[in-house]
Amino acid sequence: MIDWAWVGDHLDDLAWRILQHFTLAAIAVGLGFAVSLALSIWVLRRPRLRAAVVTASGVLYTIPSLALFAALVPVTGLSLVTAEVPLVLYTLLIFMRNILAGLDAVPPDVLEAADAMGYSSGTRLALVELPLALPLVIGGIRLASVSTIGLVTVSGILGDRFGGLGFFIFEGYRHTFMTEILFGALPSIALAIAVDVALVAVQRRLTPWAAQQVPEGMRPAAAS
Amino acid sequence: MSSAERVVFEHVTKRYPGTGAGNPGAVEDLSLEVPAGKVCVLVGPSGCGKTTSLKMVNRLIEPTSGRILIGDTDVGRRDVIELRRRIGYVIQQVGLFPHQTVGENVATVPRLLGWDVGRQRARADELLDLVGLDPASYAARYPSALSGGERQRVGVARALAADPPVLLMDEPFGAVDPIVRERLQNELLKLQERLAKTILFVTHDIDEAIKMGDLVAVMQLGGHLAQYATPDEILARPANDFVGRFVGADRGLKRLALVRVGSVDLQPVTTAMVGGDAAEARRRAAEDDFPYVLVVDERNRPLEWCRDDAIPAEGTVAATNGLPAAPIFDRHTTLKDALSMLLASDVQAGIVVDDARAVRGLVTADMIGDRIRASAETAAVSSGAT
Ligand SMILES: Nc1ncnc2c1ncn2[C@@H]1O[C@H](COP(=O)(O)OP(=O)(O)OP(=O)(O)O)[C@@H](O)[C@H]1O
Ligand SMILES: [Mg+2]
Repeated sequence: MIDWAWVGDHLDDLAWRILQHFTLAAIAVGLGFAVSLALSIWVLRRPRLRAAVVTASGVLYTIPSLALFAALVPVTGLSLVTAEVPLVLYTLLIFMRNILAGLDAVPPDVLEAADAMGYSSGTRLALVELPLALPLVIGGIRLASVSTIGLVTVSGILGDRFGGLGFFIFEGYRHTFMTEILFGALPSIALAIAVDVALVAVQRRLTPWAAQQVPEGMRPAAAS
Repeated sequence: MSSAERVVFEHVTKRYPGTGAGNPGAVEDLSLEVPAGKVCVLVGPSGCGKTTSLKMVNRLIEPTSGRILIGDTDVGRRDVIELRRRIGYVIQQVGLFPHQTVGENVATVPRLLGWDVGRQRARADELLDLVGLDPASYAARYPSALSGGERQRVGVARALAADPPVLLMDEPFGAVDPIVRERLQNELLKLQERLAKTILFVTHDIDEAIKMGDLVAVMQLGGHLAQYATPDEILARPANDFVGRFVGADRGLKRLALVRVGSVDLQPVTTAMVGGDAAEARRRAAEDDFPYVLVVDERNRPLEWCRDDAIPAEGTVAATNGLPAAPIFDRHTTLKDALSMLLASDVQAGIVVDDARAVRGLVTADMIGDRIRASAETAAVSSGAT
């Protein structure tokens, strides 16, 4: 069963692996969000471009993660860039879909009222459309965070500078040592849940007007 | 306080792309002037171009040709953002910002204009008061916690926030039930007595047009102006068959909408104040031949109808299980609305209240019937004379 002595010896490792795991995921989610937000705003009122960009992000999403990490190694080596690029790319579909759905869901009468009161299109976007899209946008951040925390594990393939808690899983497999596999797997699940719970609290805080307004079917699904 | 300004349409035409040269536009060669401080109602069947006309004033839609003046300035030459901040706009769906509190919604234009926060807040409170919503209980709520009628009031307050000289209203009361609509109409008329804005008001309901308008513009499919005149004139002398049909065969009945409850002699009513001496109230109740007394609160506001014989012989008057005190009219209620509300309720008398909601007297179906007969006679005499 579980080798508690081993666990006790490796608690220090666990702490900094959790931190590494979190940092790798946070960088990817942050970059992915920034890129997606910019792309979404750019394509929002350009339907043809929008279709193309959303399709492209969907295609990226279908590439297996291991293959993507492997394909990048010849180009960018065993670097942080190699670890982050696939993670960022996988968030794009989730973010774009949710940001655009959020912006689409702003009622037309609200937009008309904003125009009629003399909002410029930029102020309208910043002060009316994006705030109203927030429930779905944060829904996207939750989904992307949970899925990225899962994927960070795979980046352990690039060596022990990456992978976060995935390092223990890979090592555990190599030595067929169940304790070490669980030592990586269980905390990574806990991390995903903790981040999700924290984001729910953030959402409540930021959208006090929308207690129950996220449309059904757009709620973040369980961890992937 | 900014004064109202006139609004002038000069040969305004709007053709949407796709409507070919031969097709009629959404609005065709519309020319009319709304004098400063007056309410002009645009009325007509669905699709006749009312909304299009309205939106050309604040340039949500640009005309294909012609021009619109506010005061003496062509709106097409003004900066569009600045123009819109000087024009109030109210729509049927209200379009309140769901993520902002009622107070923030009302302060939208002042905020865009860069007023300091204290002044914004004071203005929002003042306007909520003006539309009959207590700022203490409403300012901090989100729109989702309001009834339809309350939302519409907030919409009006928001449109008035920067004291614009012109107000555009597109079927503002189209989505609320008839009783609430009647009340909101009366409140708007009351507001207008004080503010005297230039208001362009769109409706497809001729009764609402007659009630609300100083001037009524009847529009015809294809965006033609069929008649532009006072409500009285439109009812008395429809310019053509279209207007005649649109106004309806019951023109005589509709003329009742020209008379307000405030201008008729009310029938007195016996009231009994809650907490007052029951025996005394009972004695007074027996003196008139009306089988009910109206129970009122200490500020003379109606609470309920009580049968004369249901007043206790001694002790004090209480509001317990009488009939509801309804319908309630105020001085802006038209006799036409009063009649239809009376016919829809069990009692034959409507309670007329003043602006403080205190009882002034009664209007009965009989009184309105007399009025119809009298005006039918005048109409017969005047048509005999011509
Ligand atoms: N964006 C548009 N593109 C093309 N045609 C339009 C557009 N908006 C309105 N129309 C047409 O212009 C005409 C006038 O429309 P408008 O909305 O002004 O009517 P309305 O009098 O307000 O009608 P309603 O009482 O139904 O609101 C209609 O025939 C409508 O189909
Ligand atoms: Mg319309």
